[in-house]
Amino acid sequence: MALRQIAFYGKGGIGKSTTSQNTLAALVEMGQRILIVGCDPKADSTRLILNTKMQDTVLSRAAEAGSVEDLELEDVLKIGYKGIKCTESGGPEPGVGCAGRGVITAINFLEENGAYDDVDYVSYDVLGDVVCGGFAMPIRENKAQEIYIVMSGEMMALYAANNISKGILKYAHSGGVRLGGLICNERQTDREIDLSEALAKKLNTKLIHFVPRDNIVQHAELRRQTVIQYAPDSKQAEEYRTLAKKIHENSGQGTIPTPVSMDELEQMLLDFGIMKTEEQQLAELQAKEAARAAAAAV
Amino acid sequence: MSLDHENDAAFNEALIAEVLSAYPDKFAKRRRKHLAVAKPAGADADAAPGEEGHLLSECDVKSNVKSIPGVMTIRGCSYAGSKGVVWGPVKDMVHISHGPVGCGHYSWSQRRNYYSGTTGIDSFVTMQVTSDFQERDIVFGGDKKLAKVIDELEEMFPLSRGISIQSECPIGLIGDDIEAVAKKKGKEIGKTIVPVRCEGFRGVSQSLGHHIANDTIRDWVLDKKDTGFEPGPYDVSVIGDYNIGGDAWASRRLLEDMGLRVIGNWSGDATLAEMERAPLGKLNLIHCYRSMNYICRHMEEKHGVPWMEYNLFGPSQIAASLRKIAKHFGPEIEAKAEAVIASYQPLVDAVVAKYRPRLEGKSVMLYVGGLRSRHVVTAYDDLGMRIVGTGYEFAHNDDYQRTGHYVVPGTLIYDDVTGYELEKFIEGIRPDLVGSGIKEKYPVQKMGIPFRQMHSWDYSGPYHGYDGFAIFARDMDKAINNPVWGLFDPPWKKKDAPVLQAAE
Repeated sequence: MALRQIAFYGKGGIGKSTTSQNTLAALVEMGQRILIVGCDPKADSTRLILNTKMQDTVLSRAAEAGSVEDLELEDVLKIGYKGIKCTESGGPEPGVGCAGRGVITAINFLEENGAYDDVDYVSYDVLGDVVCGGFAMPIRENKAQEIYIVMSGEMMALYAANNISKGILKYAHSGGVRLGGLICNERQTDREIDLSEALAKKLNTKLIHFVPRDNIVQHAELRRQTVIQYAPDSKQAEEYRTLAKKIHENSGQGTIPTPVSMDELEQMLLDFGIMKTEEQQLAELQAKEAARAAAAAV
Repeated sequence: MSLDHENDAAFNEALIAEVLSAYPDKFAKRRRKHLAVAKPAGADADAAPGEEGHLLSECDVKSNVKSIPGVMTIRGCSYAGSKGVVWGPVKDMVHISHGPVGCGHYSWSQRRNYYSGTTGIDSFVTMQVTSDFQERDIVFGGDKKLAKVIDELEEMFPLSRGISIQSECPIGLIGDDIEAVAKKKGKEIGKTIVPVRCEGFRGVSQSLGHHIANDTIRDWVLDKKDTGFEPGPYDVSVIGDYNIGGDAWASRRLLEDMGLRVIGNWSGDATLAEMERAPLGKLNLIHCYRSMNYICRHMEEKHGVPWMEYNLFGPSQIAASLRKIAKHFGPEIEAKAEAVIASYQPLVDAVVAKYRPRLEGKSVMLYVGGLRSRHVVTAYDDLGMRIVGTGYEFAHNDDYQRTGHYVVPGTLIYDDVTGYELEKFIEGIRPDLVGSGIKEKYPVQKMGIPFRQMHSWDYSGPYHGYDGFAIFARDMDKAINNPVWGLFDPPWKKKDAPVLQAAE
């Protein structure tokens, strides 16, 4: 099988790393050989697979050694759950330097040094906000073929999904990157599935899976494990296996996204009653004040 | 000065139109605003601001806006303005080119700022110091490395009086806090450390770099310590003379001979102490108005030190400037100034007698930075030469106003000229001499036109003052009357060349 490169994007804190690691743990059960490339200075994209936080990031080791040219691949490549290969770009502490440049450096190093040989999947897990060119690296030429956007029914997650689609569209014609689909990580907001499916339709993609909320995920995380490893027979583990299977079968079926304007997105939220119009908000405010006035009069 | 000729306005207007006709409409429209023919001065000519005498013409062009990509502008960047022009010549400070190695390396010793002192011991102008950024400094930030560089410099050069940090582009992009490093290390080593945010991508030319550098002198140098300096009644600071080829020294002796005490020369051959004590002076004499008027205005406002523009190119203008400066200090200095002027008259007469007959009537086109495009006009005029076109890389509106004091109506004026335009203008006018920079030198010479570099004085100089005038005259003669121009026609174009015939 040709090498498949996928990437997980989404709003910060949405559960990208948790979702991606659980999914990849399920993929490895299916006999796939996997490399994870964490593209986040926090270096927490491989914690559940390694059962510990990765200490040897590409950039921290490069800084110690002098430059990336002084590094060997085995210095920064660790083996985790069922043979999953793990690397982290790492990067500066918050507020200094240029983390984006770090991601570019790290990915180039891994590619040039053969980290991508002998694997079926390369999976990038990228920092929530694509703030600069560095974090767009995985969607650029000859990197990820499919992007999976982790989102939820929350307004800001929807905005982020739309924005990421814009990034994909930008590179879709030059490099051939496609949108693989949306993964809804349930937050138990109103009409979450409907909203996710509506957004998927607008973006010319599909809701590839709806991952229900389950506290077992948190229990597993506290133990630095995926649900697949911690509770392989649980219902939640089965959900991730389904997601993994869908992603595996989604090969070559990505689409060029059709991001919508801000107005269109807000109209959709209004239609779903997630957002209120200004008139509604004003009416509510007036009702509230009237009630207060009435209470004061008594 | 005479400046009584007139240039051919109609010809120059037609030339501009012809040159612009090669451009697409939109671009031609933009460039049109930067090109002009000097018009006769209006009725209020004598009331015009700045510099000597009355207005001869109006040189009204648009200036100080972004260059258009792809036209080969001759401009530099903010870093060039700060490190290359304003800060670099301060001799007893070490100037760090903070960032990757190229900016510092390729600008190393590019300006000929002469200085006295022992290089590497108490003077550092011709040394190239860089923090040599590597990938990890970009990714993790360069503040720690900067602190280390400062420590190492302190160990290597204990006699330095301070350090300036000249930011290259990446510093601004990754948001390093060089001010914090400067404050902390300054306290530790007990010396002045000046962080300069002169990242090259800021502004439209090196001009913003001058301004930024001036602001750092205001914020990090002036009023920072008790200098212990005892001021005198005739103290002046010379500001904006970068001592190219020794210019400042040729000027300084004239000022000292007329009884003034030069307490500082910014920033050619300057020490940090000279800058620190400037607020105690009686008058600031500004030479390069474009690069240092900012700090003069600040000292006028805050310390009450007046400032005055002057020009020491060519004997007529030297005499006028010395008289103007002397007038500020009263009759005693005025008498001494007259004595100085008189004492140099034999030299002036000899130079003019020797060179004027060889140069009389020769035409000159100039294209320089922000000052010389007008200042040197008077030196040419004293040799009977005419300026037919002039322009600046990075001048502002007020510089073009001042240009009207120097050029006659009909003169071709070009701002931020493109490589193509300059070439076509030179081709159209075919002057007897072009004065510009190293990038222009060889194409112009290949066109068969004599050339002098007017940034570096073509490795000659000084050109300021009376001493400089003698050298200037000799150099212009050398360029124009060089026998090489008589050999310019290729052998096959010689009229009496034998015609080859095919063998029977």
